[in-house]
Amino acid sequence: MAIDLGARERPHSVVDPRTGPITGELTGSVHSWDISTGVDGPGTRFVLFTAGCPLACAYCHNPDTQDMRYGTRHSVGDVLARVGRYRRFIEASGGGVTVSGGEPLLQPAFTSAVLRGAKELGLHTALDTSGALGHRADDALLEATDLVLLDVKAIDPAIYEDLTRGSLTPTLRFAERLATMGKRVWVRYVLVPGWNDQPEHVERHAAYVATLGNVERVDVLGYHRLGREKYAELGMEDRLVGVDGATAAQVQAARDIFTAAGLVAP
Amino acid sequence: MTTTADRPVDTTTDSSASTMTAPADPWRGFVRGDWCDDIAVRDFITANYTPYTGGADFLAGPTARTTGIWAILCGMFPVERARGVYDIDTHVPGSITSHGPGYIDRDHELIVGLQTDVPLKRAIIPNGGWKMVKDSLAAYGYEVDPHVEEIFTHYRKTHNAGVFDAYTPEIRAARRSHIITGLPDAYGRGRIIGDYRRVALYGVDRLVAGKVADLRALDSRPATEEVIRSREELAEQIRALGELKTMAASYGFDISGPATNAREAIQWLYFGYLGAVKDQNGAAMSLGRTSTFVDVYIERDLAEGRLTEEQAQELVDDFVIKLRIVRFLRTPAYDALFSGDPMWVTESIGGMGADGRTLVTRTSFRYLQTLYNLGPAPEPNLTVLWSPELPEGFKKFCAAVSLDTSAIQYESDELMRPRFGDDTAIACCVSPMAVGKAMQFFGARVNLAKTLLYAINGGRDEVSGAQVGPESPVYDGDVLDYDEIRARLDSMMDWLAGTYVSALNVIHYMHDKYAYEKLEMALHDSDVHRTMACGIAGLSVAADSLAAIKYAQVRPVKDERGLVVDYDTTGEFPTYGNDDDRADEIAVELVESFMAKVRQHPTYRNAEHTQSVLTITSNVVYGKGTGNTPDGRRAGEPFAPGANPMNGRDRHGIVASALSVAKLPFDSARDGISLTTTVTPAGLGRTREEQITNLAGVLDGYNASEGFHMNVNVLDRETLLDAMEHPENYPQLTIRVSGYAVNFVRLTREQQQDVISRTFHEGL
Repeated sequence: MAIDLGARERPHSVVDPRTGPITGELTGSVHSWDISTGVDGPGTRFVLFTAGCPLACAYCHNPDTQDMRYGTRHSVGDVLARVGRYRRFIEASGGGVTVSGGEPLLQPAFTSAVLRGAKELGLHTALDTSGALGHRADDALLEATDLVLLDVKAIDPAIYEDLTRGSLTPTLRFAERLATMGKRVWVRYVLVPGWNDQPEHVERHAAYVATLGNVERVDVLGYHRLGREKYAELGMEDRLVGVDGATAAQVQAARDIFTAAGLVAP
Repeated sequence: MTTTADRPVDTTTDSSASTMTAPADPWRGFVRGDWCDDIAVRDFITANYTPYTGGADFLAGPTARTTGIWAILCGMFPVERARGVYDIDTHVPGSITSHGPGYIDRDHELIVGLQTDVPLKRAIIPNGGWKMVKDSLAAYGYEVDPHVEEIFTHYRKTHNAGVFDAYTPEIRAARRSHIITGLPDAYGRGRIIGDYRRVALYGVDRLVAGKVADLRALDSRPATEEVIRSREELAEQIRALGELKTMAASYGFDISGPATNAREAIQWLYFGYLGAVKDQNGAAMSLGRTSTFVDVYIERDLAEGRLTEEQAQELVDDFVIKLRIVRFLRTPAYDALFSGDPMWVTESIGGMGADGRTLVTRTSFRYLQTLYNLGPAPEPNLTVLWSPELPEGFKKFCAAVSLDTSAIQYESDELMRPRFGDDTAIACCVSPMAVGKAMQFFGARVNLAKTLLYAINGGRDEVSGAQVGPESPVYDGDVLDYDEIRARLDSMMDWLAGTYVSALNVIHYMHDKYAYEKLEMALHDSDVHRTMACGIAGLSVAADSLAAIKYAQVRPVKDERGLVVDYDTTGEFPTYGNDDDRADEIAVELVESFMAKVRQHPTYRNAEHTQSVLTITSNVVYGKGTGNTPDGRRAGEPFAPGANPMNGRDRHGIVASALSVAKLPFDSARDGISLTTTVTPAGLGRTREEQITNLAGVLDGYNASEGFHMNVNVLDRETLLDAMEHPENYPQLTIRVSGYAVNFVRLTREQQQDVISRTFHEGL
């Protein structure tokens, strides 16, 4: 699914060239873009999905974003020109720009340049990340990020590894770094029945998140089976065959646990 | 026709003295101004209304009385749904005074008046065309009254008969092949909004006096055809106003003078509207912009202690109940075009005044509140005139009502106000007009996708093979060449525009002659502005097809007749609806170019040329009659509705999709550009509060981007699928289609499937 950022006949950059490298020819591997409302941060947002992710989450509903090779290269200037087109829409709704993925921190220079460019346009910025590559986010990148959407996935290291084929430690380290900085964070939690929905597990997760002190809200997202056919199309193994989507009641039960821990889980 | 002379008209009535029978000065407490001397409702409103900038917390729920009346009708709806009609009076053709008084529950109704003697019972109105009446009766198993048939086939010519006397063979062929379609040549044209508020503010006598003065002003002018027509029309208008008084008197009301309180104001106003819908079976019989007008009376009654909030809401609820049961007799074929039995009782709410104050009042809220008090419904077609300047409380209430009912449409006050003034209302779906000052000649639409196929096939129809357009060789290359196809399309559009405007001129000449809207026009200024409202369908199919030809390789496939009937497309091409200029500019250019071509042809009564990009639900029927198209759409597949991107081809969410539509220039489509969009509740945010804020934000953003119209549905696909299987559980499920709302369960299965196949924006 190649995207078209409509680079033809469009100014190469909408940002003042004096601000240097971010308007240059720096390119990134991009999966797609979308304008979404109320899903990827506050308001209506331009969401850039970068290609490539170090994790291989069993529930990933966009497995085609896992491999960087599925992306198309676009310059920062092109992306920002596209963002500029939605500026009025974004501003009217109190929205902004979200860099998501894939894992945006797999391409930290590109992600940083997009976030900084969006800030220069005066827009609210969000970074949607698993935190697994949090060490690649330098202070300049985080400075240009108003809100981090952090997906901790599972608080038990074994479950985490099972789910993601990655290690939990870097994510926790990143979460704590953000807490120290006092960075605004929304935690996302994808609830997969049978994998990470045990009440005691959710309770541990909630207790940990509550200790951070900088988490404004927790979005519990029920695992859904939309997009599972992509696995077959890509020749990838679907590790959740036979796992049903989370029910509204299951999601609500998890939200209640987060709420009981003193968190905002709407 | 007879003249007015056989009924004396009192021309001496003084407006301020016309309160003889009223207990109190009807204008007490009102700020006086020009409106006292002239018929100027807008000036009255501006001088007297109270803008409201608060929230919805003051609103009252339904009273037991309201619920009881509505329950009686709800008991009748299933019968109507099962039979198609509740009942038909086959003997007495409808007119302002045709039927005696009718009631739902006489002792408990606050606002009275029905089109016939029984609720939901439909009258025949044959002036538009006898065939429509005859076919409708046959379809619902009713016998034709031979006496009535004799009158309308031997003694009284109809609009439909007149049109077909004057159509050319070329127009007939274009009509038969559905390249020009939906023409109001067999039924009432509608889309004329009487200023029904005038009846309440001035009383009928004052209105008659004004019309008599206008008639007298013509006395000294030489009797040219134009002057004769004007004199006859004014005489008809004066007679209609007299009949309106007679009709009101049958309900025990004397409406010769102005209304003296809120209940009378609503009743007088409704009588005006009722007279119009008794007299005309118009394609769209819209109400106008009444909520803020009515609010002036409600505010006065509240201040005088004559009314409580609950009673005020009750009046509005009872009025809206009446508007919900307006019915016309139409054929099933008509319903296939415009499904769900729509009347387009469009009411425009909100907007901003030229002086910067909002025109939102408490009664604007009360009108929307009926969707809660009575449950969702498609009629009246509640239309919010949106501006980013609207008070936040009103914006939030609108968004909440959309979330809960999907029953509101939004149109840009910012685009309309500078062009048509701040007393503009929507007729039908998206057609703006200054109330009482402008009317339109409704022109349905041409099929632009089929026009492209004609351009490829040298004017021959890809389905029938008939030569309909001007003859030229069928395209002969291996691959469609963009420049050549575009040039061919250009000349085909030249032909189409000429044929189309000729057809419309014939139609409106005959409609004025045989089915003149005498009461609606009596509630207009005599010197009225007219527009010739052309329209286009299949815009996204045509634009995407041209994009395919331009950016991919399209090989034509011919059949044994030598006609191109299919296309083999290889390669990627941009599509309209993704905010991609390459495709969107093609759509823009098509709109501008057809508008320019239409403008080259003179119109009946020098009407101003306009066009709309609107299909209502006819996108299904147009698609059915159109062959394979180069964009990959298969023969018979529905078009996208209105100016929508093709279903499923807008892949970047609601905003990118809406921005593509917003690029279509309003000044080349001043009769409106329609976008119908469906978003799932989760696609708007997690919490209700967020969903409300975000929906209002989307509307602000679309408005700021110069988008004109947006139908907003907030629905899950599962709900609709379940409603298809279990219609009995969803009697009031309302969805916006294209410029109006329908009961989902009253759509044909085909149309239901079309709605479900549309893009549901789910976010990610």
